Amino acid sequence: MTLTFLIDALITVIGITTPILLAASGELVVEKSGVINLGVEGMMLVGAITGFAVGFEFSDPWIGVGAAAVAGTATSMIFAVLVLSLGTNQVATGLALTIFGIGLSSLIGTNYTGFAALPFDPPFPDYLAQDPIGRVIFGHSAFVYFAFILVFAIGWFLSHTRAGLVLRAVGENDFSAHSIGYPVIAIRYAAIAFGGAVAGIAGANFSMVITPMWAEQMTAGRGWIALALVVFSGWRAGRLLAGAYFFGVLMTLELYAKASGYAIMPSQFWAAMPYIIAVAVLAFISARDGRSGKEPACLGKPFLPNG
Amino acid sequence: MRLVLEKRLEQSRTMVVLTPILSVIGVMILGVIIFDAIGYDGFDAVWQLFITPVIDTYKWRDVATKAAPLILIGLGLSIGNRAKIWNIGAEGQYIVGAISAAGVAYATQEMSGFWIIPLMLIIGMAGGAAYAAIPAGLKTRYGVSEVLSSLMLVYVSLQLLSYLITGPWKDPNGMNFPQTAQLTASQLLPRELGETGLPPGLLFALVGMIIFAIIVDRTVFGFSIRAIGEAPQAARFGGFNSNRIVWAALMISGGMAGLAGTLELMQLTRLNLGYPSGYGFTAIIVSLLGRSHPFGVFVAGIVLAVTYVGGQVAQTVVHVPNATAGLFQALILFAILASDLFVRYRIKIKSSVAEIRA
Repeated sequence: MTLTFLIDALITVIGITTPILLAASGELVVEKSGVINLGVEGMMLVGAITGFAVGFEFSDPWIGVGAAAVAGTATSMIFAVLVLSLGTNQVATGLALTIFGIGLSSLIGTNYTGFAALPFDPPFPDYLAQDPIGRVIFGHSAFVYFAFILVFAIGWFLSHTRAGLVLRAVGENDFSAHSIGYPVIAIRYAAIAFGGAVAGIAGANFSMVITPMWAEQMTAGRGWIALALVVFSGWRAGRLLAGAYFFGVLMTLELYAKASGYAIMPSQFWAAMPYIIAVAVLAFISARDGRSGKEPACLGKPFLPNG
Repeated sequence: MRLVLEKRLEQSRTMVVLTPILSVIGVMILGVIIFDAIGYDGFDAVWQLFITPVIDTYKWRDVATKAAPLILIGLGLSIGNRAKIWNIGAEGQYIVGAISAAGVAYATQEMSGFWIIPLMLIIGMAGGAAYAAIPAGLKTRYGVSEVLSSLMLVYVSLQLLSYLITGPWKDPNGMNFPQTAQLTASQLLPRELGETGLPPGLLFALVGMIIFAIIVDRTVFGFSIRAIGEAPQAARFGGFNSNRIVWAALMISGGMAGLAGTLELMQLTRLNLGYPSGYGFTAIIVSLLGRSHPFGVFVAGIVLAVTYVGGQVAQTVVHVPNATAGLFQALILFAILASDLFVRYRIKIKSSVAEIRA
């Protein structure tokens, strides 16, 4: 247990946590508006291949990230039109979005397998990230800093701004919000679009930094972990951050168990662990909070003002 | 003048039957446009995907082989759909069902007897149901959303499968491939039904459809499931226990997924890394496209099986990527969800004068 080992482990944890933190932050805003979008995994995959492919074609990873955000939003709009304008069931539609995202990303990705992603320039000058402490603070990809800023910004937005209050009102009581004149449907469209953009960026984080290449279904269920995280957090940004890091540690354990070769349990045990813990924590949280829970009161319910 | 949606007092029966058919046709037309746009022969691609497997009798066996598990799982899921209970982890129950049956096979390698196959089928079903009991218990006891818990368990089951076939159950004569030993003769169903060329799974699907039709239309249980889904409060006043419905929906769908997994194991004769097929997810589309009606699910299972087989044909003939089938399946699901609007609403053209008077 040398210092470098700990620093390496910490940097791995931070890197691996970032995409689930991003995706969960976006979904938090969506759910606060009273909509549950189970298509996170699908939007992440579309973002992952779009970011990779566009960055590759333009030889500029930043254009790729922008394209991933646009692609995530575009994908989320299919969901938005169906659930908001046509009043379809949110669970089934979100699931359809994930199946769609898997299919679409694989279709686009056929021509992009086997290439390495272009590296990003580090966000801070190299000399800052030379000693161990410097590496922990300055040695990450831009996604890491973006995720931190985003989760704090969302926390502040939801609890300290008027727009955040309106968003929460729409999620807690859509009819009241509607009757005092807030455009419920438009606000939900905006929330879903935001969630889509962030999920797209989270996907790009996978294909452009973490793995840096494209592989079919490369997000491997992280989108679902992000959805569970929102429930764990009790729909609060601060706890979302803590929960994301908890899962980041679990996923890092899997990597280290695989790499070290010596392992107390088979590597599959560690790979399954985040999902087993997720189910256990869901049970614990639900048992503690009771059936009423802390979820937005209108979560998952369609809003059709004219009956 | 504008278009106005008017809620129907009762769901339109015509639309319930018509919309799935129109959805599939709509997706075919959309498919021609999309594939033309991205540089393939769109008409040919859609023809190979949807029509070739239907008119080419050599493809019927493939279609039936893929349709059987989709129908079996879809039938089980249709119970949950009616009660608005979302078991999206059928893929996991399918895998655990197959693992349980493979466990029986592992234990009976040296034995023979007519009882081995029925035992495998029963244990396979029980394994699938037991795996679905986890989300059922968590939902009824603690109020955990079955959507997330059942889905998480899919990923756990994939790791369990990987562990077993690379570790304790690895075929000792398999040249180090990650797979289990081949099932023995007394662990296998006949390859085909008589001389028909059709797989035995299709017979199970057919019998399953009849049993589900009786359950849904002719029993109090079938009625109570619909009641819970459509009017949960009224159903509670009527004395239906919603916890019991949650258990029933998940156990039935888990058991059916386990049965499908066992039949697939017998079809493939062993477990390997290629075993997880996504049937558990596609079956969700099957149950919704079939409007959760047993006969509808049967037909929808064949339609989705056609897209699987047609996807392979289109890949070799028109050179579209192999992900094409999945994309079409998702589009079918979008279309069927969107078309629900016509079941619940009618579209009326109102003139502005009428609007003022109203």
